[in-house]
Amino acid sequence: MTNKTVDARGLNCPLPILRTKKALHEVPVGGMLEVLASDPGSMSDFEAFARQTGDELVSAEKMDAHYRYVIRRLR
Amino acid sequence: MTQETTQNRKSLSIIVSKGTLDWAYPPFILATTAAAMDMDATLFFTFYGLGLLKKNLDLEISPLGNPAMKMPMAGLHLGMPNLVAALPGVTAGATAMMKNMIEKKGVATIEELRDIALESGVKLVACQMTMDLFEFKKKDMIEGVSFGGAATYLEEAVKADVNLFI
Repeated sequence: MTNKTVDARGLNCPLPILRTKKALHEVPVGGMLEVLASDPGSMSDFEAFARQTGDELVSAEKMDAHYRYVIRRLR
Repeated sequence: MTQETTQNRKSLSIIVSKGTLDWAYPPFILATTAAAMDMDATLFFTFYGLGLLKKNLDLEISPLGNPAMKMPMAGLHLGMPNLVAALPGVTAGATAMMKNMIEKKGVATIEELRDIALESGVKLVACQMTMDLFEFKKKDMIEGVSFGGAATYLEEAVKADVNLFI
């Protein structure tokens, strides 16, 4: 179960990451955020984002027409 | 935030020296992303970059002297000869075309990125010397800007992990 969803489909770099950060602030620590994106560069970016912030990238999936990420806020 | 976490934070500083629509993107993209990645970010606006802090942005792009600027058109990528690019109205036309592409491709506007930079605590520093040189007035600049010179920039740069000149 995720606490919140960000639909960043149709948005280009760096907006998916910026929208994600904003939404993560609205999720309680330990909570989960779902992000939908269509930017093909987002796979690499979300991995790097999570490594740098220390939040957990729980899953990163390529769906038919978009990407789906689940991030757990750890700090 | 505790003293310790402040000290552990990574930081970025960028000298922003160019103010055309294309060159405005890298500093704002990197600074907003750095802030999103829990880094401290400082942008130092000097010379032609200083205009990016004006309340009313009217950014333009010119294909003149820019042979790498090839716009996607009818499945091709077309450049423009300098002689044509020099004609009146071409800068306005190229700017309109670029802004249209930016909107269609879901790319943020500079105004949008600048607002996010302010919201997320990116430090925006205007070069005081350039303010005097180009006769800019503080009242024409957006709120939240600070003013300083080379020493102000270097104090940030010497402790930053990433320093760029754009």
